[in-house]
Amino acid sequence: MQRPSIDELNKKAKEIRRTVLKMLTEASSGHTGGSLSVVEIIISLYYCKMRHDPKNPGWQGRDRLVLSKGHACPTLYAVLAECGYFPKTELMTLRKFGTRLQGHPQLGLPGIEASTGSLGQGLSIAIGMALAARLDKKDTRVYCVMGDGELNEGQIWEAAASAAHYKLDNLCGIVDHNKLQIDGPCEEVMDMGPLKDKWASFGWNVLECDGHNIKELMDSLDSAERKKAKPTVILAHTVKGKGVSFVEHKAEWHGIAPKKEELDRALKELE
Amino acid sequence: MLSVKGELKLDSTRNGFGKGLVELGKANKNIVVLSADLTDSVRAHWFKKEFPDRFFSFGVAEQNMISAAAGFALSGKIAYAATFGVFAAGRAWDQVRVSVDYMNLNVKIVGTHAGISVGEDGYTHQALEEITLMRVLPNMTMIVPSDFTEAKRATLKAAEWKGPVYIRLGRNASPILTEESDPFEIGKGILARPGKDITIVACGQMFFEAMKAAEILAQKKIDARVINMHTIKPIDEAILLKAAKETGAFVTAEEHSMRGGLGGAVTEILSQNYPVPVKMVGMAGCGQSGSPQELFKCFNLLAEDVARAAEGALAMKRP
Repeated sequence: MQRPSIDELNKKAKEIRRTVLKMLTEASSGHTGGSLSVVEIIISLYYCKMRHDPKNPGWQGRDRLVLSKGHACPTLYAVLAECGYFPKTELMTLRKFGTRLQGHPQLGLPGIEASTGSLGQGLSIAIGMALAARLDKKDTRVYCVMGDGELNEGQIWEAAASAAHYKLDNLCGIVDHNKLQIDGPCEEVMDMGPLKDKWASFGWNVLECDGHNIKELMDSLDSAERKKAKPTVILAHTVKGKGVSFVEHKAEWHGIAPKKEELDRALKELE
Repeated sequence: MLSVKGELKLDSTRNGFGKGLVELGKANKNIVVLSADLTDSVRAHWFKKEFPDRFFSFGVAEQNMISAAAGFALSGKIAYAATFGVFAAGRAWDQVRVSVDYMNLNVKIVGTHAGISVGEDGYTHQALEEITLMRVLPNMTMIVPSDFTEAKRATLKAAEWKGPVYIRLGRNASPILTEESDPFEIGKGILARPGKDITIVACGQMFFEAMKAAEILAQKKIDARVINMHTIKPIDEAILLKAAKETGAFVTAEEHSMRGGLGGAVTEILSQNYPVPVKMVGMAGCGQSGSPQELFKCFNLLAEDVARAAEGALAMKRP
């Protein structure tokens, strides 16, 4: 696959942010902060890293993404539509009655690999997929995008132990490390201590990068693919609400959508 | 079907599951088995020995195991995840709900050591709520085999059944009442004994007590029908409504809470279609340590208790 240039991808990121904000405003509910922080992560995966075929979503040879932080689904939906999994016109049905674009991802929408939203479960699902791929002798890679608030869930650490135990080098976790959760700064709500050491002590290969720098993300994803006998986690440092000045670094924007006038201001910033 | 009289062969439903798994493993390469540090206890060790590459240990981490089972199923496997009922249905319930049931996946959850018959370990290990917890999930199928033979057959049939299945098993050796040649279909109750005065609907080990209760009632000239309701969901409405019309009174019997279990499932159907008096036999409170025999007596789960409940239901029959 020909990788698009960094410039093209940065342009794409801006477009996705604009689309996501429009979707959220149209829905008048949803998760703005975490959708904006995860944009480059999702873009790097779908445009550079993952083998997938929007015309054949069930293609057996595809790589898989489990969006464990399911509330960031507007960004995933926007990227999937952009790739051609379903019509872009459908994006504006987000969260509306009868839509396939549920408030949290639901299996059945082309491109969605797992229903997620109850935090902490995605990494375990990804582990099942990675083990199945190994059993079937497939070279499938499985990616799991988690939030940093989500790391409070005990199940994440059950999963972390088991992925290392099984030496799942076809599994790559990516933490959208925006340092804010619903109640406030992560370290104030529940200090998880040094995350890098934590993952490493569970037996993971740990990488860190700027989660808004596509070059760094791609380098990390490539490096993860080369690592043998260990799962990799990428701590991708991001900014909650990235790209919109009045949303950035604000925990209160976790679970609300922009109003019409806020959308106009945001779109102007993203021109 | 075998008789309740005379010497009965004993074996556990968990053994039936373990034997069924090995048969399945031979027949179907897509079967994988997951366990949470209770491999011998849930009788998955026979499968592990035969098919080590398709067996996966998850340690004491049921939540991770259930969601991982979902991942296997999303990759085309039929995943059997086995642990004690209390942990499968209780501790990992949100994982069962979101990772498994919501996606309607081919995950077969096997909860062993269910009911008070697990005995001496006491209440923390006596699953008494899983019928309620599992049957409330929209896509879940819920099976409570009555004996070793049914447990084995349920294990095999679950693999062919599309979607999630919960199989509830016991630890102790219990009487074997059914034979391989008896009918067994998921979703179809079994008319085990005809009768016209009252219907006893039972599941699990209480099926044996129900059959004995029918003998006690027969001595009092009460002609009791007995239904072995091994599938709680989807429940066999036809067999229940026919019995309601023909007998006009019911007793439900389960080694489980009376809130929302088999009794709840039966009354939901009857009350909305053909209301008749129902008495429930089951657990009202927490369990405690003791031998299965002591506990069945203490908590009024013996055949005599079922027979007494039947007389109570008969007294409530309207002219």
